Amino acid sequence: MFTSLQSLIELAESRQLPLHEIILQGEIASSGRSREALRADMTRRLETMRASVDKGLASPVHTLSGLSKGNAHKFYTSIRQNDAALTGSCLSRAIARAMAVGEVNAGMGCIVATPTAGAAGVLPAVLLSLQEARGFTDEQLVNALFTAGGIGIVIVNRANVSGAAGGCQAETGSAAAMAAGSAVELLGGTPGQSAHAVALSLSNMLGLVCDPVAGLVEVPCILRNAGAVAQCFTAVDLALAGVESLIPADEVIDAMERIGGRMDERFRETAQGGLAATPTGRALAQAFWTRTRGEKTNEF
Amino acid sequence: MENIRGLSIFDIIGPIMVGPSSSHTAGAVRLGLVARSIFGEQPQSALIELHGSFAETGRGHGTDRALVAGLLGLEPSDERIPMSFELARDCGLHFQFQDVDLGESQHPNTVHFILSSADRKMEITGSSVGGGMITVTRLDGFPVNLTAEFETLLIVGEDRPGTINAITARLYEEHINVAFFNVARDQRGGQAIMIIETDDTIPGGLVEYFKTFPWVHAVRRILRLKE
Repeated sequence: MFTSLQSLIELAESRQLPLHEIILQGEIASSGRSREALRADMTRRLETMRASVDKGLASPVHTLSGLSKGNAHKFYTSIRQNDAALTGSCLSRAIARAMAVGEVNAGMGCIVATPTAGAAGVLPAVLLSLQEARGFTDEQLVNALFTAGGIGIVIVNRANVSGAAGGCQAETGSAAAMAAGSAVELLGGTPGQSAHAVALSLSNMLGLVCDPVAGLVEVPCILRNAGAVAQCFTAVDLALAGVESLIPADEVIDAMERIGGRMDERFRETAQGGLAATPTGRALAQAFWTRTRGEKTNEF
Repeated sequence: MENIRGLSIFDIIGPIMVGPSSSHTAGAVRLGLVARSIFGEQPQSALIELHGSFAETGRGHGTDRALVAGLLGLEPSDERIPMSFELARDCGLHFQFQDVDLGESQHPNTVHFILSSADRKMEITGSSVGGGMITVTRLDGFPVNLTAEFETLLIVGEDRPGTINAITARLYEEHINVAFFNVARDQRGGQAIMIIETDDTIPGGLVEYFKTFPWVHAVRRILRLKE
């Protein structure tokens, strides 16, 4: 059932159950653990997500490399003082939250990798912002996390979620797709609409390369989380309005896998291409290595 | 099979980990942890060879510190990971890093450990395959496939008829369900390696029992990796 989104949708429709229930039942069966234990584990993740968001918003996070300088806090302060963000109240706050988690991660703080650490900002940002805007309970967010996880398993079974193997599309693209599918369910959409949101969000992120400056999960990764949140919101609104992806979600995932397989190695987390290979990207990397060389030790 | 890689929801919504990279930090800690577990104790010395992206960008992601942290037994969410080099000195683990090219066919995030203690040495190759998930691919030259997503029994012994039956009969008696079973050997009648991934917990007494088989050289119980 976790090899295609279509089979998950069909199960949900035939049993007239929400996606999160189908996915939770699958996990109960495969793990042999109780519903309560699984929900408690997921609740702990939600709490870690919330803590990482709060930490990144409360004060400027400085990473070890110094490449990121508390942009989440800066942006959050700005949109709260002056409610003029073009992206609107809910999306702009989600963007700030996504950046907050990204910065905490780059500062070697504790986060929940969803599906990876580099893309960990997207899902907490989307779900916690929907909770703030629409008053969803923690119980409902835990349901949404099961849905997101089920979508993620399908992606890993058909493709992968590693930037080194599939580029940024596999990381922030997968995160946007997981968040979009679960947000549609949270907002009352049908399982089919969730699948369209997955397809629409991932379609808009196909081909995105992984090109981290100095090989660090900072530039452009933190801001890519912000972009992925915007793609997610776009897909959610479209899907809830009944807009459909002509290409089914499973085929979009397969396309992502083929694109990743053909992506030049320079664009797969090696820091040899894209933004990492620009004159400024190289200069930042050089400055970082020069500064850390004294600290770098190969042997004890 | 419905879920071909045996994935849990918590492989996707998780792990809870210290950043910055699930593949280069958390996955690296897990590779170190599994290597330690396969070795059976903390090694005294480790030569750690980094391939592909691990060599290219590993140090920027703290991969080096994460691998050492795993060898020391730290979990991926342990906030002492950034200080693992200093911790290794206190724990008596001598380590050295080297960049290597293990060939095109290797996953880009691959590490080759050469672990040793006073009287023994072991070589372990593994890859971090994304989202903190790992696969051990070679063990002392044997091709293997070990994910530590399951509790795992590792048995090294002589290649003799009846060995699989002797092992599985006992697993049956203990009501332990086998999820995956992998056998490899260097040559007929030579050395064989069995990797048994199980759904159920393997009691410590069973490990000791298998050690009493005259043709068995080593038995290890590798715990399922948690976050």
